[in-house]
Amino acid sequence: MPLIRATGLVDDPWLSVPEEEPLPEAGAVIVTLARWQANRDQLAARPTPLGLRLKSDQPPSLIAGDIERFDIIALEFPKFTNGRAYSSARLLRERYGFRGELRAVGNVLRDQLAFMRRCGFDSFEIPPQVDAAAWLSSLGGISVVYQPATDERASALTLRHGAPEGQGRGDARAHSRDPVAPTRSTATRVG
Amino acid sequence: MYRYDNYDQTLVSERVEQFRDQVNRRVAGELSEDEFKPLRLMNGLYLQLHAYMLRIAVPYGTLSTVQLRKLAEIARRYDKGYGHFTTRQNLQFNWIRLEDTPDILAALATVEMHAIQTSGNCIRNVTADHFAGVAGDEIEDPRIYCEIIRQWSTFHPEFSFLPRKFKIAVTGSPHDRAAVKVHDIGLRMHRNEAGEIGFEVLVGGGQGRTPVIAKTIRPFLPKRHLLSYLEAILRIYNQLGRRDNLYKSRIKILVDSVGIDRFTQLVEEEWQQIRDGYLDLPVAEIERIRGFFAPPPYRTLDAPVPEYEGALRRDFRFARWVRTNVTPHKRPGYAIVTLSLKPTGGIPGDATDAQMDAVADLADRYGFGEVRVSHEQNLVLPDVAQADLHELWKLLETLELATPNVGLAGDIIACPGLDYCALANARSIPVAQQISKHFSDLTKLLDIGELKIKISGCINACGHHHVGHIGILGVDKHGSEFYQITLGGSADENASIGEIVGPSFGATEVVDAVETIIDTYLHVRADGERFLDTYRRIGIKPFKEKLYAAH
Amino acid sequence: MTLQVVTANRLGDGRVVFLADGYRWVEEIGLAHVGDTDEAAKALLAIAEKAAADRIVVAPYLIGVSAEDDRIMPTRYREVLRALGPSSHPEFGRPPSATAAVHR
Repeated sequence: MPLIRATGLVDDPWLSVPEEEPLPEAGAVIVTLARWQANRDQLAARPTPLGLRLKSDQPPSLIAGDIERFDIIALEFPKFTNGRAYSSARLLRERYGFRGELRAVGNVLRDQLAFMRRCGFDSFEIPPQVDAAAWLSSLGGISVVYQPATDERASALTLRHGAPEGQGRGDARAHSRDPVAPTRSTATRVG
Repeated sequence: MYRYDNYDQTLVSERVEQFRDQVNRRVAGELSEDEFKPLRLMNGLYLQLHAYMLRIAVPYGTLSTVQLRKLAEIARRYDKGYGHFTTRQNLQFNWIRLEDTPDILAALATVEMHAIQTSGNCIRNVTADHFAGVAGDEIEDPRIYCEIIRQWSTFHPEFSFLPRKFKIAVTGSPHDRAAVKVHDIGLRMHRNEAGEIGFEVLVGGGQGRTPVIAKTIRPFLPKRHLLSYLEAILRIYNQLGRRDNLYKSRIKILVDSVGIDRFTQLVEEEWQQIRDGYLDLPVAEIERIRGFFAPPPYRTLDAPVPEYEGALRRDFRFARWVRTNVTPHKRPGYAIVTLSLKPTGGIPGDATDAQMDAVADLADRYGFGEVRVSHEQNLVLPDVAQADLHELWKLLETLELATPNVGLAGDIIACPGLDYCALANARSIPVAQQISKHFSDLTKLLDIGELKIKISGCINACGHHHVGHIGILGVDKHGSEFYQITLGGSADENASIGEIVGPSFGATEVVDAVETIIDTYLHVRADGERFLDTYRRIGIKPFKEKLYAAH
Repeated sequence: MTLQVVTANRLGDGRVVFLADGYRWVEEIGLAHVGDTDEAAKALLAIAEKAAADRIVVAPYLIGVSAEDDRIMPTRYREVLRALGPSSHPEFGRPPSATAAVHR
């Protein structure tokens, strides 16, 4: 599936491994929650970067303690009307301090990208054969936002009065770091 | 009232262009109907039986005369010369073309109006007391907080794809004219022991398939925590609300299934994490918005007003109208006037473009340029000098806006029903018309007294039948229209859900059934008892017996 | 013999339309192409679905009709209202019209 970020179409260095398929011995893989929970130690010991894929009914609190293990978390939108992952994304960023890549997968629609971005997503799996450039133009959305969200865009509230107490607590609404290149990397994480 | 600054205007104007682009993409085939539908719903555009229906937001039921005139213009130019005021204080046009909608939204944007989030699984129009700012029992104008919530909820990136629609109402008075107890979130402003004003937060109320009275989640919430607390509630709902069954996805189902105690715990846990942070509501913003709701330049008048008192004595018909359609104002010498959109035999809540223009003129001449929409589908002129009432009344009579039936059996609330709505099972408008004609005798109406009859054409309860003193629900039985009657519902601070009285009635039997119910009440009422009081005293049995005795 | 016609709403203006001969969409139910067998009805619906894909109409579906007194009328009351207009506003309605002969 094509992948876009704010910068444009990008290659996808990750391999998302469905539950029933065997895991390659090495390489950057995204695993399901069930696989992670069943094979935590082996997966944590892999020398290559690791990602996690959560279904819409799998709350991020389940892996809060293991956030540092993942360079990418993919959140599923089983149907575009199911907006649970917007909350999961915000919690991953703001509550659990996730700094890796946050990817929207599943039934992702062009007119939702701006909302997703504001909730902390930074990459989006889009259907094949769509006009990626057109989709990207929707990322910006409307230039004024009324409410604060994960993306730290200044809300109208802030612009009118200045930031209320507590806003701009940097680590509370961390952006992702640059995407991790899927080469051999140490287990030690930056930041 | 609130006036847009550059930020508000930019948002609305950009939204118009965004929707125009979405319409173009739909027409060009880049968007399927399935993909386009949520987008058009988030701009209040439904596809109904006969055409597209556009639901325009009237935030907390407040309109300027400039806005009302623009609505009249839209009715003329893009619709069939009329509009329908709804039970959530909005306005609906029934004959809209998709192709015209971007231009209509652009026209609305020129007068600081929109149709944003009047449909879809998002936070809808925040409704309020239609007497806000002028009611004698008001603690604080709830519209200040409605506007704050409106902004916070508009294009909220996390809460635009909720399990289902979400409705919030705010009352600033102990007497609840906003029906907060049958909303997903209800906010009741009141003072705590220290004399500070804050909100009782209620959650999980609603009508529809499973009517529920809201429960208190927090007895007192200080103002600064308003947005963070709402965010916590919405986040819990967004995460845990059911997504598998359309009929079980409102927050009331969630609250019922986990219980109010557990639900409160979940919300409070989430709230502890986000309170005192960037969602804190600055006093500066409250004061900025309060400035827009400052009292207009009232004259200092003496009450009683001799011309007014004189007219009351001389003109019996005027006095009759005052009794039902005029409410005391908090300023001496002023009055609140309800314009009945329920002429005998008419369609409840409908107004022609000519009437809208005329009401705008009257609001300018006899007020301060403001009109209200009540969730009981009437209009309100909130600031009329008592000295002007007689003259105003005569003008309203020529406009058919002075039927002296507000709050009486003729003041029927009805959804559009099967005549218009794709969701309906039965028609509601003809039933309303028949009941209205049957009880056209104004003396009899006054004798019956306060009686709220509410009619819905389907289980979605847009006519609010669950909270009608007499509620009527249209159902489809073997392809025919039948009507189920409930009794004893109420939407105020003593809210209650109506009880089903028995098997449903055919279309030709409903009016007689309502007559039997009213006769039963008249026969047994105690002195000064309204219908609802009598019902609460004697229960449903006497009504059941009378209704089904002959069958 | 179950008679059916295809109805939909036109995309651009939302108006109620019926599938007539020659892939046309008409506002008068009397001009609708009536299918009197299941196969005929299915064939009509297939044509309609192509029109939906071509963005002429939205959500076409089959409705049952009767053809008494040379007049086509839907059997379901909801569809009568769609065909004739709201009972509350007869001035916006369409009078029932005589039918063309029932097509095979």
